[in-house]
Amino acid sequence: MRTKLNNRAEFQAVQAKYEAIHNSANRKILVCCGNGCVSSGSLKLYEEMKNAVEAAGLKCVVELMEEPEKDAVNVKKTGCIGFCEMGPLVKIEPEGWLYTKVQISDIPEIIESTIRNGEFVSRLAYRNAGILAKKQSEIPFYNKQTRRMLNYCGSIDCESIEDYIGVGGYSAAVKALFDMTPEQVVNEVTESGIRGRGGAGFPTGKKWAQVAANKAADVKYIVCNGDEGDPGAFMDGSTMEGTPHKVIEGMIIAGIGCEAEEAYIYVRAEYPLSVSRLGMAIEQATEMGLLGDNILGSGKNFHIHINQGAGAFVCGEGSAMTNSIEGNRGMPRAKLYHQVDVGLYGKPTCLNNVETFANVPDIINHGAAWFKSVGTEGSTGTKAFALTGNVNNTGIIEVPMGITLREVVVGIGGGIKNYQDFKAVQIGGPSGGCLTYEHLDLPLDFDSLKSVGAIIGSGGLVVMDENTCMVDTARFFMNFICKESCGKCTPCREGTTRMKQILENICDGEGTMEDLDELEEIARMMEKSSLCGLGKTAANPVLSTLANFRKEYEEHINEKQCRAGVCQKLSQKVYAINAATCIGCTKCARNCPVEAITGEIKTPHVIDASKCIKCGTCMEGCPAGAIYIENGRKGNVKY
Amino acid sequence: MVKVDYKLIDEILGRYDYDKGNIIAIMQAVQEEYRYLPQAALEYIAEKIGVSMAKIFGVATFYENFSMDAKGKYVIKVCRGTACHVRKSANVLEAVYEATGLNEDKPSTEDGLFTVEIVSCLGACGLAPVVVVNDEVHSKMTPEKAQALISELKEKEDVR
Repeated sequence: MRTKLNNRAEFQAVQAKYEAIHNSANRKILVCCGNGCVSSGSLKLYEEMKNAVEAAGLKCVVELMEEPEKDAVNVKKTGCIGFCEMGPLVKIEPEGWLYTKVQISDIPEIIESTIRNGEFVSRLAYRNAGILAKKQSEIPFYNKQTRRMLNYCGSIDCESIEDYIGVGGYSAAVKALFDMTPEQVVNEVTESGIRGRGGAGFPTGKKWAQVAANKAADVKYIVCNGDEGDPGAFMDGSTMEGTPHKVIEGMIIAGIGCEAEEAYIYVRAEYPLSVSRLGMAIEQATEMGLLGDNILGSGKNFHIHINQGAGAFVCGEGSAMTNSIEGNRGMPRAKLYHQVDVGLYGKPTCLNNVETFANVPDIINHGAAWFKSVGTEGSTGTKAFALTGNVNNTGIIEVPMGITLREVVVGIGGGIKNYQDFKAVQIGGPSGGCLTYEHLDLPLDFDSLKSVGAIIGSGGLVVMDENTCMVDTARFFMNFICKESCGKCTPCREGTTRMKQILENICDGEGTMEDLDELEEIARMMEKSSLCGLGKTAANPVLSTLANFRKEYEEHINEKQCRAGVCQKLSQKVYAINAATCIGCTKCARNCPVEAITGEIKTPHVIDASKCIKCGTCMEGCPAGAIYIENGRKGNVKY
Repeated sequence: MVKVDYKLIDEILGRYDYDKGNIIAIMQAVQEEYRYLPQAALEYIAEKIGVSMAKIFGVATFYENFSMDAKGKYVIKVCRGTACHVRKSANVLEAVYEATGLNEDKPSTEDGLFTVEIVSCLGACGLAPVVVVNDEVHSKMTPEKAQALISELKEKEDVR
């Protein structure tokens, strides 16, 4: 049971105590418990690690409550360290060593070598292209990043408010409560130049000032958008799970600046881990008196409630979200008036993204100038991206605004997986566009991307290689958007349906050149007349792929060809088995969903092209790399 | 058709103050209990919180997560988000459909064992392609692994 803190002095005393404990020289084992590592078994790994430490006769400390004994070992669950490709990840402090792909069977060696004898286990190190990295900072994936907002993911227990306070947590909220006026808080945020991290890029300070200006309102609300519906984006999820207290602290500061006392965090239903970590964090903060009534005796109240979504992408749109919180169908409304004046329950509402709030404590603690010291003039600070797709190093990264696409895909991402060729990067989710080879040296910031018909969006970066069909990609997004359209306005409801039909026809070899004109016309209509951002931007993936890959569309229509070999109804590549390298293991024949492969065991197999549906399962599973694609494309690639 | 326990619904409604603003949370709690939204439960809720059946029905059918049909014991969600799509989750979905004998128009098996749902993004993109069975996440799935997973579940339930 935590002690409630009644004033600033008590908070500072507790902060000093936890800071001393955090800085003590005791060894810490931090097991990454972000969504990705959890799905690779890291929660079990954490439990086994604790058991093993105790079994080894060492004192195991889990909660940061008391002064630890000399030689006690802290075993903590930490937030997403970001390198999902290499998970489960385990960090060792104070050395800063990072162990990759850790399994339960590795625990005995970690205890013996690292914990008892202070030795590094090379077998678990990250290694690539001649580098064997001991520390996180030696890995290119990390050393090209600037992890500010995510700085505590990997260094503290994500389920402990004590750990958070020990590294300076909640001091920004306390500073804002006691040392600053609401105007000063809003000014600092405005000065920092931070723009909404959810994708729209609206200046955050300006939004707060607009809410604050509604002095006559009897109640105002702070809403945190944790809906993160963009497929391929999971930065907000990692932030909510990994550093929930930063989000809460940012919201408290917003409450001070905007003079609001009630807040909601809307978390999508698909993120149960985020819901539970945020819930835990709110409970802990409330117990300690950092949330609730009369925080630390300041006279200020602030309450946070969590609302779960129920599976509707459109609820990520501001007015749809507030509708959903009110218990209605999550449908947007026309922007006759804005949320800042008439929002949730008709009251002035400050609605910001998770990442935006998570940046605020640092802005208050270190100042606007510090925040602006990285990034570009128009896009200050850092941005978290989810780097996924056909790239070697997938995961969550945080980089300065203005970094080039090449530095992200190659420098951090390690280039394209399986030695395939780079084709495009899809950025901005279903509202976004694609960036191609010629854009590789473009800086990633709000304004540069606009000039080439793309947007930063929420931060999802999906890397696509030569085996991706751009027409299929456009169809994929349109299919998604059409399903998620709320149906309220005709342009979006009918427009997305028609565009989806046209794209399906093209992918099935039944498209015409007039279809391309129709796609562009519908796109223009939707952009001008849809009720909300979902409809207005729904055609972007189509327009972007048409602009950059028109030839592919024309090949689908005129030559009935899909050069990437994805659209199954179009004549394209033929899968074949190289008799010289086939070892006759029968794996392909057994796994072929249409039984198109025949052969005796230990003799070369043969694919019947007339039955083959070109799914690629045989090629993916062949242990000898004997399956390849004819028609002049690249030969077999061993996966 | 499951028999609705009205005392349980009362408990849920009480938890949420019988407030019609909490209708989504109430439905989520009911669905967690029965794995779908029985019509009888919805009618009871409508009456108790003073909302029309039309409104309740509207909310229940708007959100993807709510189901008016009973779901199987194992709810298999195949992620078809961008990152998973790019890593060929379409093939994984096909394998899952084949192994369960289901398709998009028929999402649940008659024996009440499996329901297959398509989800647009589960947020574990670094480990694409992803399949979630009830609450267990399976990462880096392939058509083979999907077939093996379903065979394992069938064996567990002693089904052919």
